[in-house]
Amino acid sequence: MEWSLTPDEWTAVRLSLRVAVWATLLSLPLGIAVAWVLARCDFWGKSLLNGVVHLPLILPPVVTGFMLLVLFGRNGPVGGFLEDTFGIVLAFRWTGAVLAAAIMGFPLMVRAIRLSIEAVDPKLEDAARTLGAAPLAVFFRVTLPMALPGIIAGAILAFAKAMGEFGATITFVSNIPGETRTIAAAIYSLTQVPGGDAGAFRLTIVAVIVAMAALLASEYFARRAQKRVSGR
Amino acid sequence: MSMTVDIRHRFGTFTLDAGFEADTGVTALFGPSGAGKTSMINAVAGLLRPDRGRITVDSAVWQDDTTFLPPHKRRVGYVFQDGRLFPHLSVARNLRFAGLHAEEGAILDMLGIAHLMDRRIAALSGGEAQRVAIGRALLSDPKVLLLDEPLSALDAARKAEILPYIERLRDELRIPILLVSHAVEEVARLAQTVIVLDQGRITASGAPAALLAEPGSPMGPAEAGTLLPGTVGPTEQGLTRIDTGAGPILLPEVTAAPGHALRLRIPARDVMLATQKPEGLSALNILAGHIGTITAAGAGVVDVQVICNGVPILARITAQSAGRLGLCPGQPIYAVVKSVTLGLDQVFA
Repeated sequence: MEWSLTPDEWTAVRLSLRVAVWATLLSLPLGIAVAWVLARCDFWGKSLLNGVVHLPLILPPVVTGFMLLVLFGRNGPVGGFLEDTFGIVLAFRWTGAVLAAAIMGFPLMVRAIRLSIEAVDPKLEDAARTLGAAPLAVFFRVTLPMALPGIIAGAILAFAKAMGEFGATITFVSNIPGETRTIAAAIYSLTQVPGGDAGAFRLTIVAVIVAMAALLASEYFARRAQKRVSGR
Repeated sequence: MSMTVDIRHRFGTFTLDAGFEADTGVTALFGPSGAGKTSMINAVAGLLRPDRGRITVDSAVWQDDTTFLPPHKRRVGYVFQDGRLFPHLSVARNLRFAGLHAEEGAILDMLGIAHLMDRRIAALSGGEAQRVAIGRALLSDPKVLLLDEPLSALDAARKAEILPYIERLRDELRIPILLVSHAVEEVARLAQTVIVLDQGRITASGAPAALLAEPGSPMGPAEAGTLLPGTVGPTEQGLTRIDTGAGPILLPEVTAAPGHALRLRIPARDVMLATQKPEGLSALNILAGHIGTITAAGAGVVDVQVICNGVPILARITAQSAGRLGLCPGQPIYAVVKSVTLGLDQVFA
């Protein structure tokens, strides 16, 4: 068996990395905000927000993809608005794959960040307030740095999830070579054609390595988060 | 510099309803746990928003019916019971959290923490961490210093290490200091004024010496006693003479230098009475005086005030003994002092 990747397979790997990196970076600020709200605020409808955030984890991915298509397709309410106002098209583009991957990784990201924010003792935040720190300063100087390793861990998990996303992506943006054919979609296509097994196998190895590395890195940062919050 | 505090707040079935004024120097909030002491200073800090309240510091209003200044705009220096140093920052960055302070060097020297600047928080001892916490509060240039049982998490040796620093704060800072405490020794040693809180209300207030000397003291009947200001005199054969208004008191193991002013605490339960000058007794300190008042102080015990050179010393004896000795006001009497407390160190004499 030939072990080196073909140009098409390289394209799929590069596309997956690009989609996953953008999905992680773009969802991170919102993920931190939502995690903070869930960890520190009490308000009517909090369980509803929590439910919505976790929905993609529980729904069949194809349902999420279909909902994205309905909302963000060129004729959908959000998709039509984005195209008319900003000229942004998501459906059947790699940018749409970024959106799908971001949404699918969001629950994992929020969960990890929420836990690390909850582990920051609110008494330390009170101490910062008495030292003259306004609410935003308390967040950026105490909460965020103390939760940082947990935030990195959450981002890595979301990245790994984005790398492997398949169902929502293929439903929303299809499986277009060079545009939306990520590693997962490429493996699926290769299994559908005679003689594609070798390519599928090579991409599977890439997927396993990336997932494993991400999990190990996530573990490492989660441990550091624990140490950091306890001050050792 | 002075402040006024008047707060009303309900927590379930418990109501905190208390007001007081505090000037430069240490005002102690004294009482059992659950009395509302910490809630009181949290309200001063703005960490607790009381249902109703008025808090003013000098001419600034921190809270009234229309105003509630958030904690970060109040400029309180808050030293928490558990320190609350930021574990992710070095000592230096903890100290400078509120910004740079013009007198940083002097404050670090006063607290003896200049050499700790590069340490990590986890590498500090309990006493060091509490001194850094005090330094961090002072470097925020506070209008009011709040000390929430700053010594309670420390063992006796660490307490003895921190106490002199707090005494220096009291003597050198020109701001009100509120000290939350349930330890009579701390209050007796540090405070100019004590406010006794019980179940959310103020039950007594005044100078600690006056409150402790009251028969059946409002600081707790078991705590009744005498607070005697004294001056360290010469030491002979291991015994140091402390000159007080009531007469000289001899104490072993005094480390303070001659001329140093200190406060002695003589618990009423550690004073015996004799109608004749006792002979053949191991006690060193026997003060002659006459009886002032005799007051019932609970079941079967009375507090007898013995006036020595015009200074009252409180003695707690059983009502039965008082009857047997036929004690009455004006009668000459000898007070036999069994133990004297010097700051936090119990010294037997």
